[in-house]
Amino acid sequence: MKIKIFAIAALGAFATACASTPPVDDTAPMRDPDPIAAPDNTGPVDTGPGYELGSTAHFVEAAGDRVFFGLDRSDLSDEARATLRRQAAWLASYPSARILVAGNCDERGTREYNLALGARRANAARTYLISQGVDPSRISTTSYGKERPTCMQSSETCWAVNRNSTTTLVGGYTN
Amino acid sequence: MTRILVLFAALFALIGWSAASDAQEPLRVDVTQGNLDPMPIAVPDFVGASDEALRRGADITRVVANDLASSGLFAPVDQDAFIEDITNIDLRPRFSDWRVINADALLVGSVTIQEDGRLVVGFRLWDTRLEEQLLGLQYRTAPENWRRVAHRLADAVYERLTGETGYFNTRIVYVSEGRGIDGEPIRQLAWMDQDGANPSFLTDRSYMALLPNYSPSAQEITYVSFLDGQATTYLYNLETGRQEALFASGGAGAASQVDLDGQSLSARFSPDGSELAVSIETRSGHDIHLFDLQTRNLQRLTQHPADDVEPSFSPDGGRIVFSSARGGGSQLYVMNRDGSDVQRITFGSGRYTTPVWSPRGDLIAFTKQVGGQFLLGVVRADGSGIERILFEGYFVDTPAWSPNGRVLLFTRGEQRSNGTRYEIWSIDLAGFNLRRLATGGMASDPAWSPLIE
Repeated sequence: MKIKIFAIAALGAFATACASTPPVDDTAPMRDPDPIAAPDNTGPVDTGPGYELGSTAHFVEAAGDRVFFGLDRSDLSDEARATLRRQAAWLASYPSARILVAGNCDERGTREYNLALGARRANAARTYLISQGVDPSRISTTSYGKERPTCMQSSETCWAVNRNSTTTLVGGYTN
Repeated sequence: MTRILVLFAALFALIGWSAASDAQEPLRVDVTQGNLDPMPIAVPDFVGASDEALRRGADITRVVANDLASSGLFAPVDQDAFIEDITNIDLRPRFSDWRVINADALLVGSVTIQEDGRLVVGFRLWDTRLEEQLLGLQYRTAPENWRRVAHRLADAVYERLTGETGYFNTRIVYVSEGRGIDGEPIRQLAWMDQDGANPSFLTDRSYMALLPNYSPSAQEITYVSFLDGQATTYLYNLETGRQEALFASGGAGAASQVDLDGQSLSARFSPDGSELAVSIETRSGHDIHLFDLQTRNLQRLTQHPADDVEPSFSPDGGRIVFSSARGGGSQLYVMNRDGSDVQRITFGSGRYTTPVWSPRGDLIAFTKQVGGQFLLGVVRADGSGIERILFEGYFVDTPAWSPNGRVLLFTRGEQRSNGTRYEIWSIDLAGFNLRRLATGGMASDPAWSPLIE
């Protein structure tokens, strides 16, 4: 079952820009032309007060919240599998956490086609997470198609970044 | 095909008579080649007995002339060139005064404001060469409906001179695209008259709304809403503003023989309005389903592991076209409305998407992505013959037919430094008369209403 309420909450936070942590670091992909690069060990960690164990920031730092796909593809690369294995391991440590896996696409496709493609990407990630021991009941999926890009320019670099599935903690985690 | 012949015949007849007094041989006109010179038509401001009537007459004249010009088939003559001053539409015009300024057709009209405030709008359409009246009609309406009357009048002129039904008295629902304070995309449904007048929003900024489609009655639309966190097909009543999710997870809407865990996409009405064809996601992918709006029965039509999306009915309701990646890349397929007899109709390289069946029945419009370009094209519904490309550009999506099947609206994207800019454009079936639709800002996903009664 999809978890509607949490999805709505996530959208609400997005639309109203309230004080909660943005789910994604928008700047990271911009400095890295290679979208397949794993988001961990990319240099000094934020100098702020750090993050609480079991939080979204912890999840992003320890596992990485995004896996990237090739042009018009929904199959998982080795890097994507590695990231998803780290996500599964993290979720094993925090067994009450639930996740939303959202599939995203670049803008170089028609709208409905991309909604379907995004769903395939989300499902590919979901299937692999389940194979790594994550209980299906903890995973909901959605597709944003090309409607919620994290990178806004019309460039190959941006399009590669926007071809992803993004895992967001939606319940049972430390705020 | 018969209707196209009717158009040809009408145009031949028209150009024929316009040339008759000058030369004997009829001009040859082939609208499919786009060689048609727009017909010059004079539209003097409609007459009236009061200042208010005169003002309204001038308003109506502007709307009518703009409608006719926007079709690309008519060229309103500059009013400054007029010689005769029309003061009474019941008197025969001085035809020589109109011929000398090359007005082949003359449209004169009058506005009367009744004591109860209602408008009476009468008009006569004249052939200036044969000196014959082609049409004489009168409309009575509430004063706020003056634009409706102007569009109906333009439709009547269009129909009389081309032999085809017009499309001016129509509305367009579309997606108004914007960015929020933090750059987040905003997608709201909006609607307006075909010429851009009377725009208003149908949905608010709090959730994304995409891919509207009109019902044959023009009273409802379907669209895809993210109100529930994932793409979900909604039915929206344009008269009451009420809307409902048809296939939400946990499914209050539909009968439950289909696993309603996934998203549901753009739903198109059957020609009689009783059913929807829609792609719904299950764990095994996206398949085309048929949904009965009365019984709420949901029937699965395709069961292929590849995604089957974007269904659209033939105008007789018997067939459905859809796009599918079952052959590798996305191509177009046609099947019976029960899912039988699936036939592939496109075979070219590139990715074919967004098939929409023409109201005439013979053609299917599509988007094709090949190389770095997007193309808008049409192909015969039986897959025979070659596809015809009407437009090529940086981005194309969501073609929508005019009710008479002569014009296509489509989303057009242009590359800009701060991201792609989306607008709605129109083009005629010959690939000419490319025009931007008069939406306020960025816009996409046009849905063209049927003619409004």
